[in-house]
Amino acid sequence: EKYGLGREALPEEINAWTVEVFPDGKNLPEGSGSVADGEKIFGDNCAACHGDFAEGVDNWPKLAGGDGTLADKDPVKTVGSYWPYLSTVWDYAHRSMPFGNAQTLTVDETYAIVAYILYSNYLVDDDFVLTKDNFLDVEMPNADGFIVDNRDEVEVPKFSEAACMSDCKTDVQITKKATILDVTPDEGNGEDTAAADTSAETDTAQSDTAQTDTAEAPAQDAPAAAEEAKAEAAPAESLSADPELVAAGEKVFKKCKACHQVGDGAKNRVGPVLNGLIGRQAGTVDGFKYSSAMTQHGEDGLVWTEQTVEEYLADPKGYIPKNRMSFAGLKDPEDVKAVLAYIESQGG
Amino acid sequence: QPDPLITEVQPWASGWGDGVDATPYGLPIEFEDDVIRRNVGWLTADTISSINFTPIHALDGTITPTGCAFERHHSGAIELKKEDYRLMINGLVDKPLVFTYEDLERFPRENRTYFLECAANSGMEWAGAQLNGAQFTQGMIHNMQYSGIPLRTLLEEAGITNLGDQIKDKWVYAEGADASSNGRSIPLEKALDDCLVAIKANGEALRKEHGYPVRLVVPGWEGNMWVKWLRRLEVTDEAVQSREETSKYTDTLADGTSRKWTWVMDAKSVVTSPSPQMPIKHGKGPLVITGMAWSGRGHITKVDVSIDGGANWQEARLAEPGTDKAVSRFYLEIDWDGSEMLLQSRATDSTGYVQPTKDALRAIRGENSVYHNNGIQTWWVKENGESENVEVSS
Repeated sequence: EKYGLGREALPEEINAWTVEVFPDGKNLPEGSGSVADGEKIFGDNCAACHGDFAEGVDNWPKLAGGDGTLADKDPVKTVGSYWPYLSTVWDYAHRSMPFGNAQTLTVDETYAIVAYILYSNYLVDDDFVLTKDNFLDVEMPNADGFIVDNRDEVEVPKFSEAACMSDCKTDVQITKKATILDVTPDEGNGEDTAAADTSAETDTAQSDTAQTDTAEAPAQDAPAAAEEAKAEAAPAESLSADPELVAAGEKVFKKCKACHQVGDGAKNRVGPVLNGLIGRQAGTVDGFKYSSAMTQHGEDGLVWTEQTVEEYLADPKGYIPKNRMSFAGLKDPEDVKAVLAYIESQGG
Repeated sequence: QPDPLITEVQPWASGWGDGVDATPYGLPIEFEDDVIRRNVGWLTADTISSINFTPIHALDGTITPTGCAFERHHSGAIELKKEDYRLMINGLVDKPLVFTYEDLERFPRENRTYFLECAANSGMEWAGAQLNGAQFTQGMIHNMQYSGIPLRTLLEEAGITNLGDQIKDKWVYAEGADASSNGRSIPLEKALDDCLVAIKANGEALRKEHGYPVRLVVPGWEGNMWVKWLRRLEVTDEAVQSREETSKYTDTLADGTSRKWTWVMDAKSVVTSPSPQMPIKHGKGPLVITGMAWSGRGHITKVDVSIDGGANWQEARLAEPGTDKAVSRFYLEIDWDGSEMLLQSRATDSTGYVQPTKDALRAIRGENSVYHNNGIQTWWVKENGESENVEVSS
């Protein structure tokens, strides 16, 4: 029975959303990218989380290495050691990366990034250029490493025997205890308090091994020069005095918080903490790995003020070429003002 | 000694309570503010792509209150208005279609209660007991009543008669509108069997964190396939082999080979109270042992409870007859003598499958599986009523 509901999808609409790439290369667009180009694009867009050599930063996924570890305790699962299809890498990078700025990579940039990830796994040489035409020639080391779920044959018969009800075993001993590890979060605030020195693996997309996030260095005191600049730059009345502006800024900050934290307990994430932003010399948050472009701008005297933040956010890549922030920017000065009000209200 | 709570007039027996306008949409009373979802910070690099845990230790019955039902996002919970919502069905159909939210409301719909369990539930326990609390070891689950349109109805609207008997070889690729898209390939046979396109959960609009305004319901199968913010269903010849069905949600065995397409959630149970977050405070005497059980293959027919680490078992009481792919609540009332217990529960489902021990699972899969750990949980209840997550010899 048909209800006659909905309307026919237009070809342009189908094309816009049908972006998945199949293992046989179906839906892969024409294009190409070299390892050399990929190294630069990866550095700008991916390295903040995945490391310059795709080795992974903190708990973010490792994309390279792990060769031959799958049968070990705590295998290292990367594109090189685990992923069976190259199409999946292309599809995911093009569709869902960079994290917080998805669907901004061009087709050629995606080819280049995939080429660089292959290079990082020693699967291609440094002069390799990945194209639609040679895509299927790349051999994935673990392509034959998968079997279809066989629980019905291997497990279900064994686990379908009548359950024992009495005298099922003797001498019951405790063999393992959770308190030895003590990695349970404190219930009071939902934050974990204990150091987790454990190798348990989780399913989570961003983590292959569970471990403590160690990057907790607080923002260092700003250099003297910046302190002076702060005194000069400080507006007569602080932006955060306006609660409506702060509230508007909190909404704008949603665009930022995928990568930046601010406030009590803020840590460096994909981007540096924004505590103490106004008046700070660019590129100086302790423990954060900046692009050389950002560090250089700071050393050349760039200090974050309402005006410089506004200029920067209007066109991040134009204002500081080769910096790592993969964010299109905030075009409306009112948005910048609001977000600064919010950041300031949080200790920025 | 007379109880002053009885003999003296209390303020609440004399003055006013809140008027009816105090909370147009209510939260639990403040005294219950510890019954909340909790995150385990060290699991992930960032909460935007992470998971939290349902406070199953503090709940009873079978329906999970929506506000504390666990969340799992791959790129954060997005805000998508009904007016901006579009669902496309394309691929190997007679006529590709686009539906608005209002279109979906005009199809006949069903009400069904199902559990949703993350494939990684108990995943941190593969190598041994690690987290102290039913919430943390088994809380990646919720059980809700969904109102939705059978996926079969929508696929038939787009037309699949051209496929004839090829249906068993075809797939439906489902993807979400968020940045992760979380695309998953589902066999067309399953899509036509019992999947729903849900627009309500527990009687109200889906919560943002559960996929507002529309999510896919894939009964009995791992939660990752229940695509949230569902935007597209494409009928295909083959599986896409997306990130979530190759690099993740696959199970590496001891020899390094990995199982893929391990969709169904095996039968499982857990004692929710007493448990590490729910100590016995009343001393010896009458004690209610309770917990939950579920199976992705059918319904729960029996739950056994052991207080001696699996040497001897007693059949618990199911609060209601089990229903397919939904949580059952069990109770066992005992007269606790105040001595230590090694408390376990063991589920049996309508296919005859009996929940195995963790060691039995490890004997087949090794310790690197991450997902699909449905082994028997043990709580070591001490004389003071406090419990700890442990494992025992088999």
